[in-house]
Amino acid sequence: MDLIVARSEGLYCPQGNFYIDPWRPVDRAVITHGHSDHARHGHNHYLTTVSGAPILRKRLGEDIQLDTLDYGKSILHHGVKLSLHAAGHVLGSAQVRLEYRGEVWVASGDYKLEDDGTCAPFEHVRCHTFISESTFGLPIYRWQPQAELFADINSWWRGNAANNRTSVLFCYAFGKAQRLLSGLNPGNGTILTHGAVEPLNDIYRAAGVPLPSTRRVGDVTDVSQIRKSIVLAPPSAQGTSWMKRFGDYADGFASGWMQVRGRRRRRGVDRGFVVSDHADWPGLLRAINASGAERVFVTHGQVNVMVRWLTEQGLDARSFATEYGDEEEAALTDASRPSASSAEPA
Amino acid sequence: MKAFADLYARLDATTSSNAKLAALQDYFRVASHADAAWAVFFLAGGRPRQLVPTKLLRELAIQASGLSEWLFEESYQAVGDLAETISLLLPQSESRSTEGLATWVEDKLLPLRGVPPGELVPRLLPLLNQLDRRSQLVCIKLITGSFRVGVSKLLVTRALSALLNIDAKRIAQRLVGYTDLAARPTAEHFLRLIALASAEAEDERDPGQPYPFFLAHPLQIAITDFDAQLGPPDRWQIEWKWDGIRAQLVKRNGQLWIWSRGEELVTERFPELSVLADHVPDGTVLDGEIVAWKEGIVQPFALLQQRIGRKSLSKKILENVPVAMLAYDLLEANGEDSRQQIQSVRRARLEQIVSECAQPQLRISPLLRGESWQDFERQRKNSRDLGVEGLMLKNKDAHYGVGRTKDVGIWWKWKIEPYSVDAVLIYAQRGHGRRASLYTDFTFAVWDISDTTERKLVPFAKAYSGLTDAEMREVDAIVRQHTIEKFGPVRSVTPTMVFELGFEGIARSTRHKSGVAVRFPRMLRWRHDKPVIEADTLATLFALLPDRVGEPLASQIGAEAVS
Repeated sequence: MDLIVARSEGLYCPQGNFYIDPWRPVDRAVITHGHSDHARHGHNHYLTTVSGAPILRKRLGEDIQLDTLDYGKSILHHGVKLSLHAAGHVLGSAQVRLEYRGEVWVASGDYKLEDDGTCAPFEHVRCHTFISESTFGLPIYRWQPQAELFADINSWWRGNAANNRTSVLFCYAFGKAQRLLSGLNPGNGTILTHGAVEPLNDIYRAAGVPLPSTRRVGDVTDVSQIRKSIVLAPPSAQGTSWMKRFGDYADGFASGWMQVRGRRRRRGVDRGFVVSDHADWPGLLRAINASGAERVFVTHGQVNVMVRWLTEQGLDARSFATEYGDEEEAALTDASRPSASSAEPA
Repeated sequence: MKAFADLYARLDATTSSNAKLAALQDYFRVASHADAAWAVFFLAGGRPRQLVPTKLLRELAIQASGLSEWLFEESYQAVGDLAETISLLLPQSESRSTEGLATWVEDKLLPLRGVPPGELVPRLLPLLNQLDRRSQLVCIKLITGSFRVGVSKLLVTRALSALLNIDAKRIAQRLVGYTDLAARPTAEHFLRLIALASAEAEDERDPGQPYPFFLAHPLQIAITDFDAQLGPPDRWQIEWKWDGIRAQLVKRNGQLWIWSRGEELVTERFPELSVLADHVPDGTVLDGEIVAWKEGIVQPFALLQQRIGRKSLSKKILENVPVAMLAYDLLEANGEDSRQQIQSVRRARLEQIVSECAQPQLRISPLLRGESWQDFERQRKNSRDLGVEGLMLKNKDAHYGVGRTKDVGIWWKWKIEPYSVDAVLIYAQRGHGRRASLYTDFTFAVWDISDTTERKLVPFAKAYSGLTDAEMREVDAIVRQHTIEKFGPVRSVTPTMVFELGFEGIARSTRHKSGVAVRFPRMLRWRHDKPVIEADTLATLFALLPDRVGEPLASQIGAEAVS
């Protein structure tokens, strides 16, 4: 009995007659998180977590028909018991647990195992069938511990400030920026943000996530202060005239793709910081293992690699074709894509 | 090792020369002399021969990471660099070696050469386990001889010069030959490199020491601008641009040394030149080109290639591909550095020396004559038939500079246009380095229309360079969308894209399906305007084959060479 199947509109639960993160307009959509390839315009009814709701409203409009559900609480819909569980990806991100006549399926959306303090940490949910992403589904992707990572970023900033060079750190505005923010040491100098980043900071702060104070770039005019600050800006700002105000700045890019030297060099920044809100290879395997699932569906990313590896480990592994982007697109949705604002953050 | 790996990371992370200079100076400021000696060696392009076979390194990585072979390959395809892939897959340990570069290279890495394959993995793995990921990457690159980072020898020279306040030219001079394969740089070598006093240090130099080569700049202006930008041709010494091996011939203390442009000692590879030791006077250094030379004619580079890189030269090879040196500059005469004399003066003495030497293996590179730039343009058009690459224009007032500089006069290389054909992209593979994980290594085909009922695309060249970053991404997307089949890492692609391919040479080949092999193929431009059906044919390629390269040149050289 399949509780989730792939349809041309998106992942679909036939028993409950609703979709999970559909990419075409449908009547009922359960949204795992607010990134644009998962939360799309045009559905009649939305359901997401309480903490994810403000982001959906901000991105899709105040007038969407939106129901919310606390993590761990369940509702019954056409006999399907549905609950949302933290995915550790970004604020409000959830795994969707479906239970019907004793059969349990979990669609995990995008997820990360390490607790970063800016969103509810990943919860291992036992199930019969687990649907997993595979963005970083190659063993070359192993993240360094968060503490080391932030030590690197802060020391880079400190070094630049000592030389009176502004540090510009490119990162996606939703999720990545706030996670970085939470790890920055405000003792180093002022933290400036691009106009695309600040509204999301406000949502995080309103949700009670402790973030250091920030100032909008336009609000600071003291050059010596700017030279000692760090700027969080979306990748789309790179190479634009907006950057000119920082003079001879140092720049860095924060993304899981920065793990590979060639991609780092292609990006054309001084430093690549390997920061991802997705699980690394050991993380993916740990989540799949801990779910206890005998059957795994792999979606977007390194689908073929993961399916083959899991099959070799004795699991019943298959794939779902989705429109969240897959291996074929990974090279484009990565940091090097010029229209990065529409690309999936990694 | 860690300090050197950190230096590598800093150099790798930036394209700014100033940032690189700062990184180099920070390193050399604190490095021990022994470490600095090796650092200079590697940064200046020195490479020990491969210490461990690549295959074994793959096995080691697969074994240590517990992955299957296919997963290692998938990872390698995504990373596009073997050393990096291995460093990303090896388990990370907590232990960290504090030993420096010299200790690592001399005591741990070099002794790996010749260790039986069965013992290599158990010896190498504990070594790599002492290193952090960054150092592992560098260490593996040193082992495989693939260490490269974006600094030139000139930049290393500048860094040391600024740090220690020593004339950069002096360091450059001392650095020549430093990276020769046989060299084992020591603290003493480094100290000699940076010694303050000139005379004493210079006396200790190796008697075979060559000079830094003076390098030419490409000339890329329209013929109509020549007069305005270069002045009249009589200000220039004009020669053919030979297609051979640039070399310096050093004769001192009764002995002869030959150095390649890569500053490798290659004396032994050209036994037929050894006789010159008896004829070239002591204290002479000549600059010129070693070419394959037969019956008074320069031979195609393809022929010379057959003996380059061979460890032992059979009698047959020596008979089939004899060489000669075409001399075109004089760097030292009577034991005196003549590089500060002007080009025309050096030339006059060179002609005298070559003529008195009177050996057929040493010839003078003839001067070309002409009234106007148009005259020379006409001569240049014959380059291909003559087996040369175009013309060299050397300012008659130029001193002999160091490297690719313009401060003491200039040499221009006025090369012929490359051959070009319009070819169809039919296979793609993911690239390396900064092209990692993008489909950017392509195989190109032309039409075979010999069978009139069915046209076929026949592959003839592989190329990966020449596209802009934006074009690279665009082609990558098209390849992914139009894949017909995957064979391991290679994808066959629906033929939709036509590119103008440029290449420097073409020769018949029995090893290639197409029957021809081309030299230095690269993409000149993407022919969006051209449908696949209008791409060039195999017949176009065959028409480019030079069948009698060099013949017309014979009379010219014969008349002037042994003057």
